[in-house]
Amino acid sequence: MSSPHIAVTVFPGSNCEFDVAWALERLGARVELVWHHEHTLDGFDAIVLPGGFAHGDYLRPGAIAQFSPIMEAVRAAADRGIPVVGICNGFQILTEAKLLPGALQKNAGLEFICDTVELEVSSRHSPLTAESSPGQVISLPINHFEGNFTCSPATLRELVDEDRVIMRYRENPNGSVDSIAGISNRRGNVVGLMPHPERACDTLTGSTDGRSLLESLLRSASSVRS
Amino acid sequence: MGTIEVWLRPGIADPQGATVKRALEALSYQGISGVRVGKVIEVALEAPDYESAGRTLQDMTDRLLANPVIEEAAVKVTGPVEVAGSQAGSRGL
Repeated sequence: MSSPHIAVTVFPGSNCEFDVAWALERLGARVELVWHHEHTLDGFDAIVLPGGFAHGDYLRPGAIAQFSPIMEAVRAAADRGIPVVGICNGFQILTEAKLLPGALQKNAGLEFICDTVELEVSSRHSPLTAESSPGQVISLPINHFEGNFTCSPATLRELVDEDRVIMRYRENPNGSVDSIAGISNRRGNVVGLMPHPERACDTLTGSTDGRSLLESLLRSASSVRS
Repeated sequence: MGTIEVWLRPGIADPQGATVKRALEALSYQGISGVRVGKVIEVALEAPDYESAGRTLQDMTDRLLANPVIEEAAVKVTGPVEVAGSQAGSRGL
């Protein structure tokens, strides 16, 4: 079986694309960085929207990026069932684009948070957590100012009832409703999370708990193709 | 010309407002029960009349300028651009 072919989108202001590419390539993927002006993502087995400050976070994080030309291709890929993963700013873009519900508001404290936190995997309903066990505790870095997930009570009920909260903070660092750190769409192929699995793939930088999440993504990507 | 005021909805974290409130209190202002920081977006546009300008500005707001999950917005059409200085000049200011 040939290695999965993964697109990592690059917006002006993205800054985690090389980390994501590095982590995925080490796990055997073929990775291509794709500029936000491109109109197609045909032929890719999965798409990752990396962290950073797309379009300078002007107006709101992800607000301008939702209208970048590449987003129509991301939407089309999501509709075809291709795994789409938004990490940090990528998660913010997916909510602004309404590929995921809710919004990321400013942290409840007054601070930008840069820390490694413990998370509990709460659902296997996503390409990242398909191989994890609910209840499993992992440790991942977070690095954000707007990471406080918020949504209407009706949306929250839906997310919980449909098992779409994929992980929760063990100690809520930013005020997120129900301690939510990541969610998926109804179909389970679009997922957004604030923590950075790509930064937890080598003992040199601490936790390696991100590796199994990305391995799971690559296997989901391969199975979409086959 | 139109302006769109965008405010965080009540209950949405406003660290900027909270920090400004603290700073004002540090300057010994008393009795401040709240400070919110919002933003004003001014759009200069050409439109045949006020009504269609209002519709366009509302559409801009719904699609891009405000996110209803966390923000509320007020759209105002403020009329044509005044020629700066003409009246002030006549009053000799």
